[in-house]
Amino acid sequence: MMSKSGISNPRTPYLLLLPGIAFLFTFFIWPIANLAQTSTQTPIAGGDTGEYEQTLRWANYLDAFLENKEQFGRSFLYAAIATVAALAIAYPLAYAIAFKAGKYKNVLLVLVVAPFFTSFLLRTIAWKQILGEQGVVVPFLRDLHIIAPSTTLTSSAFAVVAGMTYNFLPFMTLPLYASIDRIDPRTLEASGDLYANGITTFRKVTLPLSMPGVVAGTLLTFIPAAGDYVNAAILGSPQTKMIGNVIESRFFKIVDYPTAAALSFTLMAAILVLVSVYIRKAGTEELV
Amino acid sequence: MRTVSRWFQRNLIRIYAVIAFTYLLIPVGYTVAFSFNDGGRSNLIWKGFTFDNWMNPCGAPEVCTALSNSIKIGFLATLFSTILGTMIAFAIGRHKFRGRSTTNLLIFLPMATPEIVLGASMLSLFLTLKINPGFWPTVIAHVMFCISFVVVTVKARIASLDPRLEQAAMDLYANEVETFRRVTLPLVAPGIAGAALLAFSLSFDDFIITNFNSGTMTTFPKFVYVSAARGIPPQANVIGSAMFIIALAVVILGQIVGRKRAVK
Repeated sequence: MMSKSGISNPRTPYLLLLPGIAFLFTFFIWPIANLAQTSTQTPIAGGDTGEYEQTLRWANYLDAFLENKEQFGRSFLYAAIATVAALAIAYPLAYAIAFKAGKYKNVLLVLVVAPFFTSFLLRTIAWKQILGEQGVVVPFLRDLHIIAPSTTLTSSAFAVVAGMTYNFLPFMTLPLYASIDRIDPRTLEASGDLYANGITTFRKVTLPLSMPGVVAGTLLTFIPAAGDYVNAAILGSPQTKMIGNVIESRFFKIVDYPTAAALSFTLMAAILVLVSVYIRKAGTEELV
Repeated sequence: MRTVSRWFQRNLIRIYAVIAFTYLLIPVGYTVAFSFNDGGRSNLIWKGFTFDNWMNPCGAPEVCTALSNSIKIGFLATLFSTILGTMIAFAIGRHKFRGRSTTNLLIFLPMATPEIVLGASMLSLFLTLKINPGFWPTVIAHVMFCISFVVVTVKARIASLDPRLEQAAMDLYANEVETFRRVTLPLVAPGIAGAALLAFSLSFDDFIITNFNSGTMTTFPKFVYVSAARGIPPQANVIGSAMFIIALAVVILGQIVGRKRAVK
């Protein structure tokens, strides 16, 4: 599918790439390399706070990890639960839009994206107020004795995970919809004609055909969720701190750049390893 | 029994979709409703209906400065990332060249990197270079994380083009430039427009990377985050609701225009 222009001037692609790639090298690769450098620095003896020198102290990584392994574990656990929950909510939704919406398809797609446009912080804070002590939900559930009088819905791990599930739901729904919508409904009919029941059809036909969407959606949810700190900051408590909260406070409150850098790097490496294993297992490389 | 279960199966998914949409839209509804609250500065409890906040959206201190910063940053970030990203998308989607898979990897990596790492790494570079965080560092950071999304969106559009249309133009003695200008570009334009819209909404709503690189400059999400502790003024809800309505109008308008074109 190459056009003739590619043949006529071999320099064209490089000229097209040059500005963008140069930009990414300067403002993505260089910062990451710089962060790597920062991660092995130590405070200058007798220097001010925030002054560091390069001593190649690799133990920074070990210290940073051991000190914050709980937050690391929590980040990946919360992100995993939120991803699974978002998948469970989004799959039937995407399926309904693709196969059952008829002429309302576009309207429903707009509705999926619509919450995006109200600032996500406003929406997260809206949840905090709806589920908070002064909201309507908590007194109602208490009156019905569904939750104990002392139980709160906000400031809990539940609220943090629910907030992440909510905030990343469109990222899950859209790629799922894109790949489910591409499935030819006749393949599902054929499966039925061959005496497969609904569950078998789903397991053997629908799900495998929608795998690219499942992979893209889970990645688009899991990656930002694992590095998120906004949901934990707004909906959580000190007991639900995630690694993002630690990095943020190391940077701004404690001005401990090396630890923040080491933590960022560990987080990024862990995510990249998980992602590449996952992509290999799920068997789709054509993501980008 | 079979028909009952079939009916249930068929409608279960519709019922489910309704519940899911309700869940998605509850906080939006809440935000819009509380933009009409006569609650004073901290907008926590419903006190009564008023149009005052909508008549006076800049009534809360700082809120419109924050908004105008966000719009300026969003506009610049959209402009630069759309240009750079579209060029890359054409290179990848239309040409064979050495280093293609490396380029793909370089596009994928920023999307696979958590925002906090992107934000922290850029700040650490700016600090090393003794550049003070603020307006331009934020714009640069936004361009950086928007490029990949533009590339992916435009590339998908290019991949879905029928190459025969371009061949037909060439067969009709259009040269390369003419073919690009009169056939390829108009066909890819909706993809570019979509990418620009995506870039603007990503930039406008970004908090984490902005928080790292903006220093003392405030943006709309930063304003909301900072004022959350003492209660968000209803004007913030007005702006959030207005953005929602404007964006919805843009999307619906785009759909209508697209459909009219398709009919033509």
